[in-house]
Amino acid sequence: MPYLTASPLALEPLLAEVTAPECGGTCVFLGTVRDGPGDGGVTGIEYSAYDAMAEAELDRILAEARRQWGEARIAVRHRVGLVPAEEASVAIVVATPHRADAFAACRYLIEEIKRRLPIWKKELRADGTATWVDPAGHPSMVGPR
Amino acid sequence: MKAAVLATATVRVRFFARYAELAGRAEGTLILRLPATVADVLDRARDEWPGAAAIPPAPLAAVNRRHSRLDAPVTDGDEVALLPPLAGG
Repeated sequence: MPYLTASPLALEPLLAEVTAPECGGTCVFLGTVRDGPGDGGVTGIEYSAYDAMAEAELDRILAEARRQWGEARIAVRHRVGLVPAEEASVAIVVATPHRADAFAACRYLIEEIKRRLPIWKKELRADGTATWVDPAGHPSMVGPR
Repeated sequence: MKAAVLATATVRVRFFARYAELAGRAEGTLILRLPATVADVLDRARDEWPGAAAIPPAPLAAVNRRHSRLDAPVTDGDEVALLPPLAGG
């Protein structure tokens, strides 16, 4: 199951994957490339991945979610390559019979994705610099793009 | 009859993102005497490829596409990956 894609993320196909008559609640999470006031003019993020492991790890994460929320229908995609600011880098769609489970499963999936997926991002800035991002807090290294 | 025990292991080492830049390579092959752990692979990698010496003392690691502790054993044919701080999502 290829979860990683170099193409822009489209929501409609993911919604179509999970839609089912027995599911009355669908929760969508999109993570987008941010250029906030403290982010220093981010024009985009270059995502790179350990592809084979990221795919395997997502298989494991989705299997865990399906064990915990047996009726959940789940679709996940994560982008690799250059993602311009404001575009989505990750999309998670979860449909369940009732809304509480959809919210809970969606939250579980994004937290595990952030904690476990072997994916890295290099922030590209308007001034031509590029920075590897360490989500534990601080940029880990600055250099020419 | 006991199974034969390999005296050495050939391990594929992979570097990603910032660690690939530091090591100056995306992958390499090491031959280690057994028994050996992920930490032994890391030590040997630092010796073999000078740039890899700049990788922090206790990085995240994976063996055969699963997260792994540094004290986990490695065997012949394993793929050992050294992972910078994860930043997916």
